[in-house]
Amino acid sequence: MNFQPFFLTFKLAIITTLLLLVISLPLAYWLAFSQKRKKYLVEAVINTPLVLPPSVLGFYLLLLFNPENFLGKFLQKYFSLNLLFSFSGLIVGSVIFSLPFMVQNLQNGFQNLPPSLREAAYTLGKSELETLFKILLPNMKPAILAGMVLTFAHTLGEFGVVLLIGGNIPGQTKLISIAIYEEVERLNYRTAHLYSLLMLILSLSLLALIYFVKEKSRK
Amino acid sequence: MTLKLSIDKKLLDLSGTFSLNLSLEIETTTFSVIFGKSGAGKTTLLKIISGLLSPDSGLIEFQQTVWFDQQKKINLKPQKRKIGYVFQDYALFPHLNVRQNLEFALENKKDWREVEKILEMVKLSELANRLPESLSGGQKQRVALARALVRKPDLLLLDEPLSALDQELRASLQQELFFLHKELKLTTIMVTHDLGETFRLADQVLVIEKGKLEKKGKPTEVFNSEKISSKFKMIGEIIEIKKNDVVNILTILSGNNLVKVIASDEEAENLKTGDKVLVAAKAFNPLIMKI
Repeated sequence: MNFQPFFLTFKLAIITTLLLLVISLPLAYWLAFSQKRKKYLVEAVINTPLVLPPSVLGFYLLLLFNPENFLGKFLQKYFSLNLLFSFSGLIVGSVIFSLPFMVQNLQNGFQNLPPSLREAAYTLGKSELETLFKILLPNMKPAILAGMVLTFAHTLGEFGVVLLIGGNIPGQTKLISIAIYEEVERLNYRTAHLYSLLMLILSLSLLALIYFVKEKSRK
Repeated sequence: MTLKLSIDKKLLDLSGTFSLNLSLEIETTTFSVIFGKSGAGKTTLLKIISGLLSPDSGLIEFQQTVWFDQQKKINLKPQKRKIGYVFQDYALFPHLNVRQNLEFALENKKDWREVEKILEMVKLSELANRLPESLSGGQKQRVALARALVRKPDLLLLDEPLSALDQELRASLQQELFFLHKELKLTTIMVTHDLGETFRLADQVLVIEKGKLEKKGKPTEVFNSEKISSKFKMIGEIIEIKKNDVVNILTILSGNNLVKVIASDEEAENLKTGDKVLVAAKAFNPLIMKI
């Protein structure tokens, strides 16, 4: 049995989760506290992947990444980066695909804090940035954790987007979900079963661990 | 004149919008109480003074420094106004212990001795390593107050700081508050709807109703006409008027009590059953019984 798809999948999930944490933090902060009326538009765009069939997202990313088209050409020319059928492309796809999970959790985390915490820090002379890192974030750890877990798990299970923009290149884009699909197509049920069972056990243990930590932090 | 303020801000309440529109001046080192019903705009006023909210228009000046001027587009952030603010829910940082809560307020971490001094002053030294959730209401209140004092504010703003505490604790914390106010020569503004508290602490009362400044002055002046008097007063409805030789006996329903009172012919002349009346009696010699 080849474990490479596993490593690749976990590598993708870890990178995606960390990237999303960095990207979502300012977005969620803005969505939680801004008084701007146009906020709902940004919210709608961020949450689109929730309601969109993954293949639709994958299809448009496929068009976008194509080196014949504007963005693809631009990236190719200035960064010699080809996102199509590559691991980097998978990262970009996963980040967009899982964005709502991270943003929503962080946004809820911010909004569930008593407003007076933020206000108190300001009246004590602290900047927004210092307040964010020293007061707000330490008091919303469960929300951060929930965002990270959901993003991670969601990336593990990705299929539609990956299939369309990544294809099936071993060591590059052949993730576990793709590998399982391939084994089933080849009627190689034994390997498919092993892959699947391993995924099931890993996913379950991960969730159990998270809920355990969550339960403990509540006490 | 230390704090000068003249502002206007539209506010929402259940019955629609009303505007918080008032001008006031507060002298240095005085203790002012903002008194009024909930929803009158008291907390909003404190937040506007602190810079946490901005008025729609107006001017706020503190000791010759302009904090807010809508016309000149000046709006100093709360961080730049030298204030201490005690929130109604105390707003202690849950992940920091008592000492860390105070240390957070320091501008320079080297001034940690200042924190120890204040802890001592409000008798919190023994609780310094405890997390806020393990403290009682009164202790939390003292931490919140202590934390607000770390920056040595010129202006101390208190939003119903004692409203969640029982009567006995309130009285002792009121004394403590008064002591700190005098000792540190603070200019203090406190929001409350407790009359006793107002009398005990305030040099000046500002009564706010529906966003307007209704009355202003010493507590005894402001509340003299209606709130305290040597009379008993009740409002009721006349149920029956019975003429009895030289006097009239009125039966009046007030709340759930039926009361019979005597009225002269002249008084009874203008009254009929169903009228709403105010009954007042001088309290020279009332019967007082413990129940």
